[in-house]
Amino acid sequence: MKILVLIKMVLDTVEEIKIDPSGKKVDTDAARFILNDVDNHAVEEAILLKEKYGGHVTVLAVDAPEIDDALFTAAAKGADRIIKVTTGMEQMSTQTMAKLLHSAIQNMNTQFDLILTGVQASDDIDGEIGPSLAAQFNLPYIGMAVKVLPDPQGRSTEVVTELGGGLYASYRSSLPVIVGISAAEKPPRYVPIMKVRMAMKSKKIETIPAPAPPPGSKIDVLKLYKPVVTGGAAMITGTPEQIADNLVKIFRDRGLS
Amino acid sequence: MMDEQPKSTVQEDIERLFLLPEGQRVLSCIQCGTCAGTCPHGEYMEYTPRKIIAMLRAGQIDEVINSKSMLKCLSCYACQLKCPRGIKLTDVLLPIIKGKVFESIVEMPPDLQRSFENTLRYGNPMGESPKKRAEWTKNSKVPVRILKENPAPVDVLWIVECYPSYHPRGIDVTLATARTFHRLGIDFAILGEEERCIGDCAGYFGEFGLQEALIEYSLNIFRKYKFNRIVTSGSHAFNTFQRWYPRYDFNIPVHHAMPFIATYIDRLKPFLKKPLNYTVTYHDPCCLGRCVGVSLPECFYHQPRILLSSIPGIKVVEMVHHRENSICCGGGGGGMWLDTYFKAEGMERLSERVVKEAVAAGADVLAVSCDYEISRFEDAVKVLGLEEKIKVKDIMELIDESAGGDETL
Repeated sequence: MKILVLIKMVLDTVEEIKIDPSGKKVDTDAARFILNDVDNHAVEEAILLKEKYGGHVTVLAVDAPEIDDALFTAAAKGADRIIKVTTGMEQMSTQTMAKLLHSAIQNMNTQFDLILTGVQASDDIDGEIGPSLAAQFNLPYIGMAVKVLPDPQGRSTEVVTELGGGLYASYRSSLPVIVGISAAEKPPRYVPIMKVRMAMKSKKIETIPAPAPPPGSKIDVLKLYKPVVTGGAAMITGTPEQIADNLVKIFRDRGLS
Repeated sequence: MMDEQPKSTVQEDIERLFLLPEGQRVLSCIQCGTCAGTCPHGEYMEYTPRKIIAMLRAGQIDEVINSKSMLKCLSCYACQLKCPRGIKLTDVLLPIIKGKVFESIVEMPPDLQRSFENTLRYGNPMGESPKKRAEWTKNSKVPVRILKENPAPVDVLWIVECYPSYHPRGIDVTLATARTFHRLGIDFAILGEEERCIGDCAGYFGEFGLQEALIEYSLNIFRKYKFNRIVTSGSHAFNTFQRWYPRYDFNIPVHHAMPFIATYIDRLKPFLKKPLNYTVTYHDPCCLGRCVGVSLPECFYHQPRILLSSIPGIKVVEMVHHRENSICCGGGGGGMWLDTYFKAEGMERLSERVVKEAVAAGADVLAVSCDYEISRFEDAVKVLGLEEKIKVKDIMELIDESAGGDETL
């Protein structure tokens, strides 16, 4: 089985996020980037499938800061090919990325059976990359998947999804299919740093240029901004005892005790 | 995937070890079981160090690797210190086993996994921003020079380490340490956001790659600046500097902050004016005791007691387990992030055992000098509901308290 995993880097919120002076984008110089969490789960699911059923795993990403670390880590976990698509663009809409990935995948001339991706990214949270790509390829898409169970002949696959309210649903789809993973069957594994370092020496990240400059987005960013700070909160200061006394007084005054 | 290097099996590693003098010493084990008896987690191990040696001799190493017993090893050096045959258990044999357990582990305990991932990415196990590593200096009334901002040569490079940089109670100790350095007129500076975890638990857990990455990072930063010596607030960092860094051609003198301050005792005494009416018991940390004692002529057992008895009003009492018999707080060798795992295994928390001993000794202050212990013991005090009976304080805090804290600067 040939599996393709699409991953994306997102802003690492451990660092403070600053807005660029243009007021329309994030200041990327002050930011760090980290693999989108559910994309990490998509990589894990692909490696688990490879371990169970055999096969070949390719991990593909659009170039972004710190992407090499994420790709080498995927290789250390068991990915066979690691590829990045270079665009020279700092940011792009999900639709642009879907178009770009569509032509990049077409140019690879590989018939993938399964295309896995995280169900949504923590930056735009729109969850559109899977469905958009499925529309371009005219392939089925199943999102919120927690388990992928291909049949032994590799003609179709069962996909289990987790719905709201604690319900599970099970689907069967023909292959190829695009699946949006919300959680791998097991938590993403730890890979010893020695293995990542070995992967850095022994594996090569294949670089493919963006097939054609993707068309400009039809949507313009007007303004990017942080929530406006309002004066609604009163800060209680003092020693722990004074703070506690103050809290008790507030509770009493408002009839909470 | 990584097939280009022949994969050495643990059997081959062990056979190679047995050809060396250190390995032949392992073969000389008399199976007395002192290691298992002295190990604070021995009763919870399927394969204790004694059994591991017996299994190795019998060629049944796979069972040992698969049993996860070595996840419970805290690298506290109790077994190595007590072994009548002088077998280097903590230094040589157990790391080989732990490295293999680590390589073959299918699911890492999640807290430990997160701490390793955080340490690699952010340079600290809690996953805090490296840019905020020197935030504590904003609350310091004494000047703290950051080398990146002022790279002039300095006498002491102070490696603050992770918990003393980020943990709220660790920061209390760090501020007290800064004030003491200032009072003593020590010329010191820190690395600030350039500092990363010095690397200790990774290596003792068998994650040698992470350990190496951290050491290489720190050595590169050290090369940027001129300083005479390193003083660190991290007892684990101190141990790592002693044991691991020399392998990388590192030969700068390194001191732990507590014994370092003890060398200034005569200059310090005039500052210790305020009597502290505490009955104090001191917990000897592994990293300033047994770990040092097997490679340096002297462990740091008398320095903390000299410091404490120099503070007016303090009465020092001893716990049943002290000096070389001190019980590990449970934080070493990755244990800091295995509390949930140990609890799930039904194991007693060692930090609670120590706190109970401290109370039984009649102490109302448990004094520490290891950067993990403030948080571990304070947590244990709360779990045991003993907040009214005992407080946990670093020796640096007691010194600073007697010197008048912020007010006398």
